[in-house]
Amino acid sequence: MIIKKLLPMSMLALATSMAFADTELNALFMSQAAYSEADIKAMTAEFEENNPGISVALEFVPYEALHDKIITSAAAGTNGYDIVLYDVVWPAEFAEGGFLTDVTDRVPKDLGNQIFDGAWTTVTYNSRIFGMPWILDTKYLFFNREMLSQAGIETPPSTWAEVMEQSQILKDKGVVKYPLVWSWSQSEAMICDYTTLVAAHGGSFFEGAKPAFNKDGALAAIDYMATSLKSGLTNPASTEYFEEDVRRVFSNGEAAFALNWTYMNALVNDPSESKVAGKIGVMPAPGVKGVSEASAVNGSMGLGIPSNSAHKDEAWALISYLTDKKVQENYAKLSLPVWKESYSVKSVTEGQEELVSAASKAIAVMSPRPVVPAYTEVSNILQKHLHSILLGEESSEDALADAVKRVSRIR
Amino acid sequence: MVINKRLEKWALLSPALVVLGLVTLVPFVQTLWLSFTDERITAISKPVNWIGLENYIYAITDPDFIEALGRTIYFTLTSVGIEGVLGVAVALLLNQKFPGRNVLRFLIILPWAVPTIVNAIMWRLIYHPEYGALNSFLWQMGIIPDYQSWLGTPGRALNMIIFADIWKNFPLVVYISLAALQTVPMDLLQASRIEGAGAWRRFRTITLPWIMGPLLVVLVLRTIEAFRVFDIVYVMTRGGPSDSTKTASFFVYQEYFNYLRSGSGASYAVLLAAISTVLISIYYIGARRQAQG
Repeated sequence: MIIKKLLPMSMLALATSMAFADTELNALFMSQAAYSEADIKAMTAEFEENNPGISVALEFVPYEALHDKIITSAAAGTNGYDIVLYDVVWPAEFAEGGFLTDVTDRVPKDLGNQIFDGAWTTVTYNSRIFGMPWILDTKYLFFNREMLSQAGIETPPSTWAEVMEQSQILKDKGVVKYPLVWSWSQSEAMICDYTTLVAAHGGSFFEGAKPAFNKDGALAAIDYMATSLKSGLTNPASTEYFEEDVRRVFSNGEAAFALNWTYMNALVNDPSESKVAGKIGVMPAPGVKGVSEASAVNGSMGLGIPSNSAHKDEAWALISYLTDKKVQENYAKLSLPVWKESYSVKSVTEGQEELVSAASKAIAVMSPRPVVPAYTEVSNILQKHLHSILLGEESSEDALADAVKRVSRIR
Repeated sequence: MVINKRLEKWALLSPALVVLGLVTLVPFVQTLWLSFTDERITAISKPVNWIGLENYIYAITDPDFIEALGRTIYFTLTSVGIEGVLGVAVALLLNQKFPGRNVLRFLIILPWAVPTIVNAIMWRLIYHPEYGALNSFLWQMGIIPDYQSWLGTPGRALNMIIFADIWKNFPLVVYISLAALQTVPMDLLQASRIEGAGAWRRFRTITLPWIMGPLLVVLVLRTIEAFRVFDIVYVMTRGGPSDSTKTASFFVYQEYFNYLRSGSGASYAVLLAAISTVLISIYYIGARRQAQG
């Protein structure tokens, strides 16, 4: 009898004394830009090898489903995710709602300066930390060198106005039907392109708590977008495109310029994925004369632990592994590390010197999207109204005035 | 004896009533209560306040919601209307004797057997602006000069979704009508033919009234479904372009899962349920009139 009772207890003691005993972690990632599914699977397999007893169940969803999955799973109580990938625009909302575990005390104090500030903003709200930055990403301007030289253009554009001028030359000379391609579907992808242009034009979304996207630089940004469509320089199907469509069109040699995330650099130069491999240049998105030198949107993402996870220690171990400097340097083709030092490490820069050089300029000017708890709603309102401008349904003044009205109705 | 009988009746009914109460009444009352509060979805407990009609006032003064309601009613009337006419017409055809009828009867149910999500993805591919079958077909036939953006053009996108919805759902109307058509008394039809009634007259005065009951049931079912349409739109356009396909159900989803306002989301849900009820009542009143007249 006594033995029977003691046996399970001793087993329990044994189990807790072992580091992590037979835990399955549920992890939520996205399958859209940045690290590929194959990369993430390889990283977690390495982690499982180093940590016997922990297995990781991976789930990949499109970016559009990520937010709602995190929310519903965290609010549902137990058996949710243990690790989630989340976007730079959500920590305010997630922190207010208590969806993520505050890990301020787990993060080593000496990390602060080793990681870029833009990456930290992804996981920080009110100076508390809710995870580790993992993807430090922004949208770069990719250009097709061959097409430019066919049109007699010697240097790539240094301002957004030049992008338009060179596109006109490319179109007039019949080099390419639609020189520009963008991800302007009614989605967050469009907001990222828009943010880049707002930053370039010196605009802002809010002044204090007041919406400011209906004037100055922000208005100029949407007008730039609408004009490029109207003049036939932008592929009209852009208003239906996501990032992967942009990559497909650009890789098929059907566009001379494209704005896209880091991951496109490796794929567009991969002959098995692209018809234009080796002909592509990459640079920071340009600026606007007299206003900015370069422009960029902060598209970073972080890894966090939902507050209802029952395996926080194990989850933190996985997060620490995935965000480890060495691990990130080993997988630096589709997503560049969050670590400053990595940008001078040979294994990172080798073969993608142009991208790394563009990154060091772009990271310095990364512009945030509005940091407000109601971000999702602000973004949805903007998406609708920007889209209606691009489709020629409304004038930019009218649509954005309406958007301001809608934003002021947010509860 | 009488009392015992009555008790027995309730005792026998009670398991069913309890289950019904648990799965319909309780959630309904809960949703109703929620719709008068400011509850939000959070992972930490926060106080929930009773705010009266505030959520409802917010909803009905939301111009976007009113627009979406109009869009939903358009979707419902158009798709159910066409499904009804098309369904009965095809049923009449399949009720005739001709070689290959059974094969055709089998084939016609296939679209209905396809899950909505699969149907939506399939049509999204067919409508694809660059490599969609529709563009290729119309272009090769010389009907369109250029490839069109079917789901990317406001004003057109909703109609394209309606088409996909009709394709999937009209077989249900066909099947119910076909079953009802088998019960139409042949002698009555023959008698009227002898009396000199034309095909249209026979259909209008004998066939249609005869199948009206089952037809109405299926149309009511389709109306309820069409009014709360969400999945097919979500997969095909996510409500775009520029919200031109955003139906009323999107607001329930959006309030809950995008904006985390469960109280407000509940009020949208209650509003939609109320409007559905009105639509269904109209059908029933119409049906009763028809039965009496």
